[in-house]
Amino acid sequence: MRKRRLTTLLAIAAITPLALTACAGGGGGGQAKGDPDTLTVLDYYNNEPDKTLIQAAIDKCAEELDVTIKRETVPGKDLIQKVLQRSSSKTLPDVLMLDNPDLQEIAATGGLAPLSDYDVDTSGFADGILEAATYEDEVYGLAPTVNTLGLFYNEDLLAAAGVEPPTTWDELKTAAATLTTGDQYGLAFSAIATYEGSWQFLPFMWTNGGDETDLGTPEVAEALQLWVDLVDSGAASKSVLNWSQADVKDQFVAGKAAMMINGPWQIPGLAETPDVKWGTVQVPVNEAGQTPIAPLGGEVWTVPVTGDDEKQAKAASFVECISSDDNQLELATERYTVPTKTELADEYVEAVPTMEAFTEQVANARSRTGQLGEEWPEAATVIYTAIQLALTGQASVEDAFEQASAG
Amino acid sequence: MSTTRLTSETAPADRAGAPRRGTLPRRSLKRQFSKENITKVLFVVPAALYILLFFGYPVVKNIVMSLQDYTTKTFFTGEAPWVGIENYVTVISSNLFWPSLINTALFTIGSIAGQFVIGLALAAFFKRRFPLNNFLRSMLLLPWLLPLIVASATWRSILDQDSGILNRFLGTLGIEAVPWLTDPSVALTAVILVNIWIGIPFNVTILYGGLQDIPDELYEAGALDGATGWKAFWHITWPNLRPVVSVVLLLGVVYTLKVLDIILGLTNGGPANATQTLAIRSYQESFVNFEFGVGAAFSNILILISLLFAIIYLRANRRQVDE
Repeated sequence: MRKRRLTTLLAIAAITPLALTACAGGGGGGQAKGDPDTLTVLDYYNNEPDKTLIQAAIDKCAEELDVTIKRETVPGKDLIQKVLQRSSSKTLPDVLMLDNPDLQEIAATGGLAPLSDYDVDTSGFADGILEAATYEDEVYGLAPTVNTLGLFYNEDLLAAAGVEPPTTWDELKTAAATLTTGDQYGLAFSAIATYEGSWQFLPFMWTNGGDETDLGTPEVAEALQLWVDLVDSGAASKSVLNWSQADVKDQFVAGKAAMMINGPWQIPGLAETPDVKWGTVQVPVNEAGQTPIAPLGGEVWTVPVTGDDEKQAKAASFVECISSDDNQLELATERYTVPTKTELADEYVEAVPTMEAFTEQVANARSRTGQLGEEWPEAATVIYTAIQLALTGQASVEDAFEQASAG
Repeated sequence: MSTTRLTSETAPADRAGAPRRGTLPRRSLKRQFSKENITKVLFVVPAALYILLFFGYPVVKNIVMSLQDYTTKTFFTGEAPWVGIENYVTVISSNLFWPSLINTALFTIGSIAGQFVIGLALAAFFKRRFPLNNFLRSMLLLPWLLPLIVASATWRSILDQDSGILNRFLGTLGIEAVPWLTDPSVALTAVILVNIWIGIPFNVTILYGGLQDIPDELYEAGALDGATGWKAFWHITWPNLRPVVSVVLLLGVVYTLKVLDIILGLTNGGPANATQTLAIRSYQESFVNFEFGVGAAFSNILILISLLFAIIYLRANRRQVDE
């Protein structure tokens, strides 16, 4: 019996190396050298209308640079996994789009080429977006347009209740309380246990002088207290704990929330229900006179290190082209996002007046990774955990952040 | 009993034959390379290769990964510094480890108990002959056919506190809205209920098959001796169903331990970490925080727990064969 088992083992041992070498052989021929005039592009604009709008911008740049583009789109959730897979198999695309808070994490791996290597002009861009795209003093990506958060309000509901759009926290609390009747809540926001919840909390925290490098300050606690007050008073639903920003928009559209914290990317969705009239203002501040500081959202285009210097140079020109003034205005107008070059702001607001509040908000917006870089995901986890602890009454506002950071 | 007697009888015979061993190797060598043996080996090779590639490699890789500082950098540079058991220390000393272990246990026990009891009741019900039996039984499979992410999205809206259909329904009965997914003390129960709903079809299908295999004669004979209703179930159905039950329970435990999509879709581990399980921890460490080493350590602990149940099952089964 034992001998037979031994033979089997020997047989397996003899065959295994063959199988393994066969596997290894497949991985070797990775890097797609291919045609020098073809650039591969990877992004996450896989839904309409963004998919087509971005394609138009890409096509324009392809023509300008006289290259052929092979574009691949993946769902937003899968992008980082895809990038990691491809970097380990050495098949990164020539041009890679990244969500701005992920850039530093990927740049830290050494997988991206600094744009200064290819003399890309990075002047004139808003500080916030350059901060997000910078890792160890080198700029690794450019964004044509960005987005941020603001306060949407239902014009009809506010007019009927005789409420003005709030500008301070006190006004926000009063307005939300007044607007809460029957099935309708005054305010909706997302306090979900993901980075989305942290992102929605940032405008309140930053505006009040809180900072992610020290979450134990009274300024941060005050901002959290505001959210707790809104939920405890019943002016916002307890369901904010489980609402994504898309859910928040649905509540607003259904008339179940008179106001919401959300971003301009919801505007195409809001346009589908023209009978819901809405307006936007900047996120309310704690005390009148404070500058509202909101987080900067949006995607940056980068040049991965593929080992083919000539192609990388072409990719860098492509990144520069897609962030050119014309492209910025076009993409901003079509996608309800804000141009990243500060000098384009006036021209843009003139063309798209509904974006005025967001454009102002972007001028002072901060990037999430500007202070902490690669450490941001940890802080973001602490923030959403603390929000959840406080809103469910598991911890007091003062203890929430400490308890959350204990992990 | 019989096996032990056998070995004690053969042992002396073996010892007596010892001096003649000298001639054995050559004969066995020849036998080893006989056509028959090579054929046997060839039959084993494909399966062995398959297991090695698709089970052995991932498991070994996962164990190695859990002993390394494996981050996003590793994918680009290929460097993963060896850190020994540091990841395991991080896992076990994290504040969320014990709560998520307890949640995993509660989730598994709750889900299995619910699925099994309801599944068995339905299987016994469908054993009777009545109109539309087949149609209803196939309709029961629906939850199984739905992609889990669709099921969880649907349940999320059903369980919504304000406008969810369940609370609306309870409202008409005069019951106050239940904060299904937003109260830490209710959320785990809600998640378990949804998982029970998803697991019922599997339990019904397998248990129904098991019930069909019990010969009707047993019930007829039992009825003559006065065993009907509960007595028939207890003395005829249950003992005959036991092998099927152990398979259902083991598979159920292994499936439930690693449930991820349902919890991610319903609560994402919230509210306030009330629905964190080991599987969720493993996923979040690996794919949200990009700490692949820590994530691997979590999943290895999970694999170890599954293995424990597999061993219990194998032991129980071996005893049955011996009987």
